[in-house]
Amino acid sequence: MNFFIVSLIKIVIVFAVFMTTLAYLQWIERKVLAHIQSRTGPLRVGPHGLMQPLADVFKLLTKEDLVPPYANKFFYLLAPFIAVSLALISISIIPFGPAVTAAGYQTFEQISDVNVGILFILAIGAVSVYGVALAGWSSNNKYSLLGGLRSSAQMISYELPLTLVIVSPLLLANHLSFRSITESQMGYYLGFIPRWNIFQMPFPQIFGFIIFMIAGFAETNRLPFDLPEAENELVAGFHTEYSSMKFACFFMSEYANMVTITCVATLLFLGGWTPLFPAPYSNWVPTAVFVFAAIICFFHAIQPARKRDKYTFPVFGVMFLILAVIWAIPIIQRFLVPPWWFAAKAGALLFTYIWVRGTLPRFRYDQLMHFAWTFLFPCALANLLLTALLVALVS
Amino acid sequence: MGHVPLSWYLILSAILFALGVAGFVYRKSVITVFMSIELMLNAVNLTFIAFSYELHRIDGHIFSFFVMVVAAAEAAVGLAIILTIFKNRGTLQIDEVDSLKL
Amino acid sequence: MIDSWIFIICAIVAVVCGFNLVLQKHPIASALSLIGVMGSLAVLYLLLGAEFLAMAQMIVYGGAVMVLFVFVIMLLNAGTEKASTKSWFAQILGLPLLLCFVGLLAYLVWGVLPPLRDVDFGSWVGGTAQHIGELLFTTYLLPFEVISVLILIAILGAVVLARREIE
Repeated sequence: MNFFIVSLIKIVIVFAVFMTTLAYLQWIERKVLAHIQSRTGPLRVGPHGLMQPLADVFKLLTKEDLVPPYANKFFYLLAPFIAVSLALISISIIPFGPAVTAAGYQTFEQISDVNVGILFILAIGAVSVYGVALAGWSSNNKYSLLGGLRSSAQMISYELPLTLVIVSPLLLANHLSFRSITESQMGYYLGFIPRWNIFQMPFPQIFGFIIFMIAGFAETNRLPFDLPEAENELVAGFHTEYSSMKFACFFMSEYANMVTITCVATLLFLGGWTPLFPAPYSNWVPTAVFVFAAIICFFHAIQPARKRDKYTFPVFGVMFLILAVIWAIPIIQRFLVPPWWFAAKAGALLFTYIWVRGTLPRFRYDQLMHFAWTFLFPCALANLLLTALLVALVS
Repeated sequence: MGHVPLSWYLILSAILFALGVAGFVYRKSVITVFMSIELMLNAVNLTFIAFSYELHRIDGHIFSFFVMVVAAAEAAVGLAIILTIFKNRGTLQIDEVDSLKL
Repeated sequence: MIDSWIFIICAIVAVVCGFNLVLQKHPIASALSLIGVMGSLAVLYLLLGAEFLAMAQMIVYGGAVMVLFVFVIMLLNAGTEKASTKSWFAQILGLPLLLCFVGLLAYLVWGVLPPLRDVDFGSWVGGTAQHIGELLFTTYLLPFEVISVLILIAILGAVVLARREIE
């Protein structure tokens, strides 16, 4: 019985945090893109546009729900459902922290530890093509069809380098479960270089990490590889005909896929929840970061750029101070510091995603395929062969 | 309600295999016929895995692994052939590809 | 207890999807029902302790093979299948023969085979990646190598066939 209650609590927590992340990721993306382009981004709804996600949800919910007359209705309605449910499933096997003991009950900071975790993620990723392909086909629109075709071809092509490059960390870890993979990356070389897979001897996976990220961009249909929804060629690609909540489903699944792929990258290459420095110092890093953020907020409150900032920034500063205090309590530190490191790494990767979107132009379709098959695939293969050779030589 | 006997798995596999045969015989679209073959292969895989549970040996798993690999290879070549047929004949109906018939 | 319910649900889904595959007139509908069959079979593999194969089923069948099918159907824009002349043999004798076939197999399973085990989820987990890898790279090394050559030939064949398409 304990097992079910604890699992339920974990599911509620993970779901709440995940959904909030998805909603605010979109706000962060708009803000970051705006600042890259010297704009201010959402600013009207709430302080600094912080209520923008809520407003967007309301807008999408109240919009008219159209079904095009010549669409294949069943598949048209099924496609967004497939896309969003598959995108939300994968988070259930991502571990956020080590085993913790609460009230005499030991549990993992993870919804469920699957033995074949990495294969599960690959399987979900492989099947999630159908959401996009079906949406493109069933809308009965040439732009949608082209978008769907492009995305299925693109996702099949980029799955190969992605899978090949995942194999190398598995060779180093000798296990398929995310928990064991992360535990194999604990410890430090010379006392300060973390044994993350990108630094792991005998063959540091730094190239593997880069290839994984590039293929991840393509798998999630993000710029520079967002050919399935290239506005100036295909209107909006596979979701041209979708409106209201159905469009929101696709939108949410794109962001959920993004979060999942950064989580997987963190676990496979960046050591999951293991801190950057040895433990005695690293436990205080979250507090230091929050205090620093609070200081910045207070500084901006003293020199407000807008009239409102005089009132909003002190509030943010106090909130950051509260967070700093929470992360400084020694008993709670055991639970909260590892997830903080995990979130920091995944967040940095998510920021990279947005940064790349603000920087790089879109590929041409033939360039995209050429890049996958003639450059990325051989590189991933070479990386795998070198890793296998060195692992075999060392052991 | 206790545990499911293994024979149910075998019966399920037989039903799926029969459905595959039915699709293979009745359907006229090349692609659907091809998919029926995949269904039969899947049914056989289930039998392999059920028997390897019975014997507690994993040789059956290896066999179905090989079946999967062969199916993947077969799908690649088969679909390329279907593409070529469609290009040359403009049809996907099996009984319209009949130039060898008198 | 709960695993018997999972078996029943997945078996029903598999059979319904199998019927759907045969009866639907549109290739996309058939393809999706086949994916349904494969997904529920993957769950059944998990119940039988074949965790690696369950995932391989979803990755190879659900992810690669069926995506190819859907892709080709969308590419050729294959419409609903035309009703065409079926051979009298299939029309008249097909269904009874198939029923005979299933009945014969059921007789074999229940009557001829010695009594089989009950499936108890978790009582035997032989199908981990480690076990399969060990067997694959020791006892079955030669078939493994042969099958990789087969894959290579298939890739070459597909490229040659599709190349004509481009020119």
